[in-house]
Amino acid sequence: MRIKNHPILSFDGRETIPFYFNDKLYYGVEGDTIASALVANNVKALTSSLHLERPRGFYCAIGNCASCNMVVDGEPNVRTCITPLKKDMRVYRQKGRGRLHAKE
Amino acid sequence: MQKSEVVVVGAGPAGLTAAHELLKAGAEVTLIDRNASLGGQLIKQTHKFFGSEKQYAAHRGIDILERLTENLIPYERFHLLSETTVVGFYHDKVLTCLKDDRYFKLQADSVIFATGASEQSIPFENNDLPGVYAAGAVQTLMNEYGIKPGQRVLMVGSGNIGLIVSYQLMQAGVDVAAVLEASERIGGYLVHASKLRRLGVEIRTNMSIKSAIGEAHVEAAEAWRLDEDWQGIEGSEERYDVDTICIAVGLSPLTELLEQAGAEVEYISELGGNVPVLKDYETTIEGVYACGDLANIEEASSAMVEGRIAGIRAAQALDYTVENAEMRLKALDDELVDLRSGPPGDNVRRGLKKMEGLT
Repeated sequence: MRIKNHPILSFDGRETIPFYFNDKLYYGVEGDTIASALVANNVKALTSSLHLERPRGFYCAIGNCASCNMVVDGEPNVRTCITPLKKDMRVYRQKGRGRLHAKE
Repeated sequence: MQKSEVVVVGAGPAGLTAAHELLKAGAEVTLIDRNASLGGQLIKQTHKFFGSEKQYAAHRGIDILERLTENLIPYERFHLLSETTVVGFYHDKVLTCLKDDRYFKLQADSVIFATGASEQSIPFENNDLPGVYAAGAVQTLMNEYGIKPGQRVLMVGSGNIGLIVSYQLMQAGVDVAAVLEASERIGGYLVHASKLRRLGVEIRTNMSIKSAIGEAHVEAAEAWRLDEDWQGIEGSEERYDVDTICIAVGLSPLTELLEQAGAEVEYISELGGNVPVLKDYETTIEGVYACGDLANIEEASSAMVEGRIAGIRAAQALDYTVENAEMRLKALDDELVDLRSGPPGDNVRRGLKKMEGLT
């Protein structure tokens, strides 16, 4: 849900950036982080808790809380709230701790 | 190993002003921030600041940030490392940094920490459900990225962050169901509270959140009244149909890096919890300084002043001449006294007294 009208800020004219989340095509815009683009697309669960695998979503937005750690281009535990979105990135919801060289 | 005379960690209001003072004095400064954009939390502050002319009163955080950043650009001895996370700090002023999946070390003569703070959470049932956000994070989503967190929000906490973010949610077209405040009075400035009330948003005192309701994400919230011992009263539950819950219950200073190197940290609740022990902004490690929210949780206005003082002190310790240093330090101290005057400054004044007792 992007803001359309705002009394102070304008978010017009940002270029569209295509990317993949769980192998499905999504679009973000220039200036997005991976996590902000997902929230804009109403994706709420980004990762899961280590033991009970409860869904975890966007929380702190400063790269501090680990609640948005995802697998990006094969790399686990990427802090998606401070990682700029890039064209054609392949992003996966992370389960548990995440492993190197694994998609999920 | 790479070297930089001074390293400033964190490019928020305190880090930017500290870097500026050091550059003015002639020092070499490397400014490091884990974000792509500078300004720390100023980047999302669309409201106008209070205080005096000197602290950019009547300007919005987003505009102040531009000025502070422009200040640094002309200096040849200024180096910027953005999207860089400092992950290690050693007592001999070596920093381990992570950028583009690569670790490297940096040796400094002097280090200024302006790492800021992280938002606290509170315990309640399902507080980990997606849709429960830190209030400042929602402010970032809206004001930096132009994204709404949901359709309808319950705000928990009526400090300045809770009040300001509630107002900004309304500006973005998001409905605010209510603001809950656990104590008997509103925590933030009344000017912010009045703006909300004029929009018809209720601020409910002696109330807190009991649970978030939902399976995969927040679908509703349950609030309840608190008794004198801050315990929830059975039977007083009220349901709010919201898809978003914002937590605005305070901030904790990010002291981890300082602690790695063995700098002393003390618990002073009035300053925000565990804070570095400071004397004239210098930690217990010589040549290592702390300022801004890391030193004590306050407003960006005071963080900018603290950054200047820490920068001047660090420059002097490195034997640089700071023009009119005595006069400027006195004027900056006076600004802080001004900013901390009156009831809203009670806590910080008490906390700083405790700190003086330690050093």
